[in-house]
Amino acid sequence: MPAETASIAPPLVLIIEDDAQIRRFLRATLTAEGFRLHESVTAGDGVAQTSARTPDLVILDLGLPDFDGLEVIRQVRAWTQVPILVLSARGQERDKVQALDLGADDFVSKPFGVDELLARVRVALRHVARLKLDTADTAFRLGELEVNLEDRRVLLAGEEIHLTPIEFRLLQTLVHHAGKVLTQRQLLKEVWGPNSLEQPQYLRVYMAQLRRKLEPDPARPRYLLTEPGVGYRLAAE
Amino acid sequence: MSRPDPDRLLARVAEQESRARRGRLKVFFGAAAGVGKTYAMLEAARSKQRDSVDVVVGYVETHRRSETEALLEGLEILPRRQTGYRGTTLEEFDLDAALARRPALILVDELAHTNAAGSRHTKRWQDVLELVQAGLEVYTTLNVQHLESLTDVVARITGIQVRETVPDSVFEQADEIELVDLPVVELLKRLEEGKVYLPQQAGRALENFFREGNLIALREMALRRTADRVDLQMEAYRRDRSIEANWPVTDRIMVSIGASPFSARLLRATARAARRLRAPWVAAFVETPGFTQASQDVRSRVLSALRLAERLGAETVTLTGSRVSEALLDYAKARNVTRLVIGKPAGPLWKRLLRGSILDELIQGSGDIDIYAISGEPATPEAPPASPVRTASRATRGYWHALLVVGVTTVLSRLLLPVLEPTNLSMIYLLGVVLVAMRGARGPAMLAAVLSVAAFDFFCVPPYLTFAVSDTQYLLTFAVMFGVALVVSSLTLSIRQQERSAVERAKRTEALYRLSHQMAGSLNAGVLVEVITAITAETFHANVAVLLPNTDGGLAGGREWKENSLLDAAEQAVARWVLDHGQPAGRSTQTLPGARALYLPLTGSEKTVGVLGILPSDWEIVENPEQFHLLETFASQAALALERAEIARQARQSEIQAEAERMRTSLLSAVSHDLRTPLASITGAATGLLAQAGRLDQATSRELLETISDEADRLNRLVTNLLEMTRLESGAVEVRKEWHPLEEILGAALKRTERQLGDRPVRLDLPADLPMVAVDDVLLQQAFINLLDNAAKYTPAGAAIEIRARAAGEMVEVEVRDSGPGFPPGAGKQVFDKFYRGAGEAARGAGLGLAIVKAIIDVHGGQIEAVNHPQGGACLRFTLPAATGVPSAAALREQEHAG
Repeated sequence: MPAETASIAPPLVLIIEDDAQIRRFLRATLTAEGFRLHESVTAGDGVAQTSARTPDLVILDLGLPDFDGLEVIRQVRAWTQVPILVLSARGQERDKVQALDLGADDFVSKPFGVDELLARVRVALRHVARLKLDTADTAFRLGELEVNLEDRRVLLAGEEIHLTPIEFRLLQTLVHHAGKVLTQRQLLKEVWGPNSLEQPQYLRVYMAQLRRKLEPDPARPRYLLTEPGVGYRLAAE
Repeated sequence: MSRPDPDRLLARVAEQESRARRGRLKVFFGAAAGVGKTYAMLEAARSKQRDSVDVVVGYVETHRRSETEALLEGLEILPRRQTGYRGTTLEEFDLDAALARRPALILVDELAHTNAAGSRHTKRWQDVLELVQAGLEVYTTLNVQHLESLTDVVARITGIQVRETVPDSVFEQADEIELVDLPVVELLKRLEEGKVYLPQQAGRALENFFREGNLIALREMALRRTADRVDLQMEAYRRDRSIEANWPVTDRIMVSIGASPFSARLLRATARAARRLRAPWVAAFVETPGFTQASQDVRSRVLSALRLAERLGAETVTLTGSRVSEALLDYAKARNVTRLVIGKPAGPLWKRLLRGSILDELIQGSGDIDIYAISGEPATPEAPPASPVRTASRATRGYWHALLVVGVTTVLSRLLLPVLEPTNLSMIYLLGVVLVAMRGARGPAMLAAVLSVAAFDFFCVPPYLTFAVSDTQYLLTFAVMFGVALVVSSLTLSIRQQERSAVERAKRTEALYRLSHQMAGSLNAGVLVEVITAITAETFHANVAVLLPNTDGGLAGGREWKENSLLDAAEQAVARWVLDHGQPAGRSTQTLPGARALYLPLTGSEKTVGVLGILPSDWEIVENPEQFHLLETFASQAALALERAEIARQARQSEIQAEAERMRTSLLSAVSHDLRTPLASITGAATGLLAQAGRLDQATSRELLETISDEADRLNRLVTNLLEMTRLESGAVEVRKEWHPLEEILGAALKRTERQLGDRPVRLDLPADLPMVAVDDVLLQQAFINLLDNAAKYTPAGAAIEIRARAAGEMVEVEVRDSGPGFPPGAGKQVFDKFYRGAGEAARGAGLGLAIVKAIIDVHGGQIEAVNHPQGGACLRFTLPAATGVPSAAALREQEHAG
């Protein structure tokens, strides 16, 4: 089990990326942050290395020479829940949604800055750590927003905000995956249940309501972030 | 010295050009078989071959003459085409093989030959012309008696009617004529020696043909025709050099023809005269009222006479009129005819005396026109055979009507007998006769006249109830009644006919007007094809297809024909031929007459733009020369319209191409300049950092690093915009319109433009109850990014950018306003053009930003405008569709509680 090794040694990151320059830049950045690295140039090798080296995080480029990155996710997800961070060009939102729905944890759009990448990496590793301990956070606090999941209370600058049951379930789901992007499908499934017939459009209506209740300036959200064409994310830091 | 007439020179140049493209035709011309034409042709070919010209024998008939056969040796001989005809196999010249082989020179013997059924052309001379048009040089042979205009002269001299003829025009088109001459004595000697091939079956007749007297006459004809040609060439030469002062075309000859078999002789004589005078000539047929009742046989004779006239080089015209002489003279005067040729009137003298001969009338009314009468031809079919076409029932009804009218008049007369004098009673009968005659049928009118006379005599003239006439005065009454019946019925008939032909004429004019009128409105080939098809079909009661060449060389169109399998491969081949050669083919023509339909070329001013296929319900409609002319006019009108459409399309195309060219140039400059500039900064900063790593202080290093980062960012935006524009333009973008809160998309865009905006505050004015918008969030985010980016570019640091949105009916109106200098005056819609850039330092970029915004707003069905805000700054105002059917917050809460 990777759990034992992970707790002692620094986390191992597997980079599956065919472009040498990007690999070089990732190597420099991640090594500086203290991660251990392994690099794969092809999708096939990437899948094999994921199995052989049991990394703590996989950074996966969707455009690979031998086969599709989406296929890598499909294969890897057959046996492991290792967090997968997808690299994809802007304008390919459809691919990102597909990758996320297949089980990728998050994405970074090329070109991206180091800060953005590291934030995603941190969130992904934090979630996996939490999963291993099998403890879900019962409280979420960021800025003036405070969510207590146990007694179902939401406070904004100390004042209690009244949410409808669906609005609360929506917020609860986002809190569970704080920092991670959630696709519409994932949100619908968790809030309304796997067999829900709700229109994805309704999700946006609820989201708009929630934002109006929680954000002082809904056009400059602090907590409820939108990834156009992909989904939503609750800011984590 | 007079200068050459420019028009003539141009015509001459055009003629020479077309000659240069087409091949040459050389005719070995002789007086009779056996003079050695084939021999001379082969010798000439061999000498060409010695000059290493690519010579092929297409078809040569040696008639087993050893001398001739010897000449064939060493020449490439094209295999003949085998065609089965009624059980026997015939060998024919293989035109397609010749065209495929494409030698420089091809020999095709016996120009006058008639091809076996199933060949492309009915005549070999057509094959030869096609070869010439394809650019091949052709040698061929011809005997003088086969020349169309000479056949009847030959027939008169030799007593043999020549069936295989070649139009004089073909002979005249030849680039070179070589007269193969042999003195008659020698020819006769060769004949005696058995050196001249004579077909067995025609032995006797041919022996008759080869009498010395005949041969002398034929030789003279051949020599004269050759001399005539030399004359023509001389004239052309003079025309070229402008040597002669003037050869005015003063003469125009007109010949009047009818259904008589002598028409052919009349036409040939006129053709010869016209050639001698170098005058254009017209063959006219006058359609008299009675002609509509003429039999099929008579009509087809007229038709073939008109066809012959066309082959002989005449212009043909069908005139209508009740009097032949009047119609002829009117037309002749209108066309400045100088000589009028008609057949010498035949028929009984009394008839001519009674009704006046056409010749007399013509002479009386001719004025300046010379009248020539040629023997053996009644000028026009007098009194055509009485109405076999009329339906029996209608005719019978006329007679019953006559009987009824006479019955009624008789009863009336009997009643009035005690009151009126018999002479006055005759008036009642006369009225009856007039009534019957007014129906326009001559038979019933005559019957009414006879019966009336009889009844009048029997009932009203003493002694009553007998036919005896006591008073001879009544004979006059009888005569008058007959006369009136005749005159009235003829008059009525002629008025009816004239009415009918006037209606026909009006219909034609109307159809032509409608065609050109409807075509004038459109420059779209598809619409034109529909109009042409519909109006042609209606006018000629036909099934019509307009076939246009498509890019891969095939023929497009005629969908309906294809669906009804009217346009199989064979028919398409005919259409293809028409397109390639610009000449009509198919049924009722002499080319590929086996085709199902008739195909006319749609020849515009420059080239053949398509093919009109026509399948009339009644072929007579199309075969009538007048109608055929109309059809040709239709075709040429259609062609011009299609050509116009094509030219317009090409103009549009080149406009688009020019635009594309401009875009490409702009794109290149964008790529070369706008992409290179940030690249240069990045390279400079990065190499600086590398080379001077130890020597740079922290602040400078940081500055260089920031440069790299900023410029990379700029580069990214440029590339994104280029890609986005390309995607939007190629239509590859799928617009997924879904409900979105505007602030959500705007928020995402603001986040992505944080760096560009810097310290410029963005003031938002979004009402709380702003409806959601139905948009594609990714695209709209891009639009906002570009708008913010653009606003940031022109807004000085620290100045504000304002964004406001309002609900406006079914739309949401959004306004993005900067604090910059505003748009330059008169910029207007230009700012949305691709590669449009503002002035000044701020205007760095490819000039794509706003073009993309407009494209995105367009795909959402919104409107965008660029204005200068009254309080300063540029303002981009646009609309987006509001989402419909969005449940309100209250409704959702209720739903939640219910659920």
